[in-house]
Amino acid sequence: MMEWLIEEVFAKYNYWISIILMLIGFYAMIAKDNLIKKIIGLNIFQTAIFLFFISLAVVKGGTAPIVSQEMISKGHVYVNPLPHVLILTAIVVAVSTTAVALSLIIRMYEEYGTIQEEEIIEKSREKGMTGV
Amino acid sequence: MQTAIEHFPVLIVAISLFSAITILVAGWINKKTPPFISIATILAQFVASILILNHVLTKGPIHYWLGGWKPPWGIEYVVDVLNAYVLVILLFLGLACAVYSKRSIEHELPHKIVSFYAIYQLLITGLCGVTVTGDIFNMYVFIEIMSLSAYALIGSRGKIALKASFTYLVLGSIGACFFLLGIGFLYSVTGSLNMHDLSLLLPPLYGNRIVKAAFVLFIVGLSIKMAFFPLHTWLPDAHAFAPSEISAMLSGIIIEVCTYAFIRLAFSVFSVNFIRLLPIFDILCWVAGIAIIMGSILAMTQFNLKRMLAYSSVANMGYIMLAVGLSTSARNYPWCGLTPALMHILNHALMKGCLFLVAGAFIYKADLWDITELRGLGRKMPYTCAAFVIAAISMIGVPPSVGFVSKLYIIFASLEAKKFAFVAILLVSSLLNLIYFWRVIETMYMKGEEGEEHSHASISSKDEIPLSMLIPVLTLASLCIVMGVLWLAGITIPALNKVNAMFGLVVIR
Repeated sequence: MMEWLIEEVFAKYNYWISIILMLIGFYAMIAKDNLIKKIIGLNIFQTAIFLFFISLAVVKGGTAPIVSQEMISKGHVYVNPLPHVLILTAIVVAVSTTAVALSLIIRMYEEYGTIQEEEIIEKSREKGMTGV
Repeated sequence: MQTAIEHFPVLIVAISLFSAITILVAGWINKKTPPFISIATILAQFVASILILNHVLTKGPIHYWLGGWKPPWGIEYVVDVLNAYVLVILLFLGLACAVYSKRSIEHELPHKIVSFYAIYQLLITGLCGVTVTGDIFNMYVFIEIMSLSAYALIGSRGKIALKASFTYLVLGSIGACFFLLGIGFLYSVTGSLNMHDLSLLLPPLYGNRIVKAAFVLFIVGLSIKMAFFPLHTWLPDAHAFAPSEISAMLSGIIIEVCTYAFIRLAFSVFSVNFIRLLPIFDILCWVAGIAIIMGSILAMTQFNLKRMLAYSSVANMGYIMLAVGLSTSARNYPWCGLTPALMHILNHALMKGCLFLVAGAFIYKADLWDITELRGLGRKMPYTCAAFVIAAISMIGVPPSVGFVSKLYIIFASLEAKKFAFVAILLVSSLLNLIYFWRVIETMYMKGEEGEEHSHASISSKDEIPLSMLIPVLTLASLCIVMGVLWLAGITIPALNKVNAMFGLVVIR
């Protein structure tokens, strides 16, 4: 048991952290009624995946990936820069998703005067489903 | 030595992106220009895509290295027969919807014409990008560009559409995150993102649990995006409340491009050998079977025409995924491998595009949303209703329409795979299709007009939609029959068979 704990949990703690964060985000998206909280959940979910990518890039004792002959000759190693670059792009995608979501929420607040999902569904039922 | 056509894959994406910005600037100066810029751009893209298809069929795949960086380090655009085929379909439907939307958007969203077309161009950019790219991370980014513009376009009508768009956004983002996680898994074991490079690095790792997990993550992520049955919950609202041309694009192309992404990943990055290791395609077949039946049953219970069509899309994604699931076991010539699946991608785009555009025509003319309100329209809008009938009988599967051909081929494929249950499922679903489409046709042509004074008093005796809306509708409707004849004559099938040969699904004799 102890060995399993050490090998599978403590040695791979970075994966566990991102799994736990993902589940927290997922829970918020499913269980919360407030639309802003849903988006916060989505952000936590996305960030967990970003952390997973970044933790892939780690090289023990690695420095910033700026290559120079002098550094290589001294035997320095570099962290893998590619996941960082991917995540920069993914962050941009996440930010734009959040922006679109927030603007939708603002429009919904103007239409319905609330950001609780249940109330919005109720109010749109009263107006009829087509709601043109 | 590169010819001009070898630059087209990147140009198709670039001119679309550029025209999105141009539309914003030009629309700021003169509000009348955006539709024309949009139509001209998509027309140019469409011509380019046909040239690409021709080049790919005669001379083989195009590889374009962005910035001259060699793969696997740089991003590579690869266009082979499969991409080129999907590209032509998507730009054709994109063109039809752009022509249609000129009048329709003036009516539905009079204050948002400029931003509508700018985002529409971004949507086309994303769709083209997903199709031409040969790099999985690049594919993720383009899927997100496409989805983000789709969210914005769905929400553009306001009110309940905002809620539909928000649901789609949350679910779509979860799907994209799963896709991203799958990429992370593959990257962690191979250290590569280029599709061709991955397909070389992966075979020794097929037993690895991380690779299997990555495959499952791709399936789940893309299933959300393509509204595959248990994950379809965002689709009905999004389709029903979006502007009609966007419904047509959503149903006809956006979910199909996600299917394309799935086919590309399953057969190009992974391979037939990997798929045969796992029972995953058998499971897919059964889920698709349930999707077909449930989609049809749910469609029968709807009163809103666009909602009914949306549920019918769920059933049709079932057809495509069933055909994909059967692709590894079907080997006899006309229906071998992926042919039925690819065929139905085109057929569904034509039929659903036409049906949603007709539904939009009813909304444009008299704000008619419910099936019961369509009484007597057969006489008032004869051409539109005729187009609806043609597309509807294609959905039912009357020969020689496109729907008949795809159903026939899927049935032959399932007979060959000795999975007779699916034959029954397909026949039952045709029957269900008949019931729910007949209900609409009956209301349009046969019901009397006793309820005339309240529902559509504004319609005079004969009142067609404007020509610029009618032409796309009629073109799509006539193509439903023309393509059906072409499929049956077997003229276009050898091209699709090249895809099968490429993925090692058939041995070329």
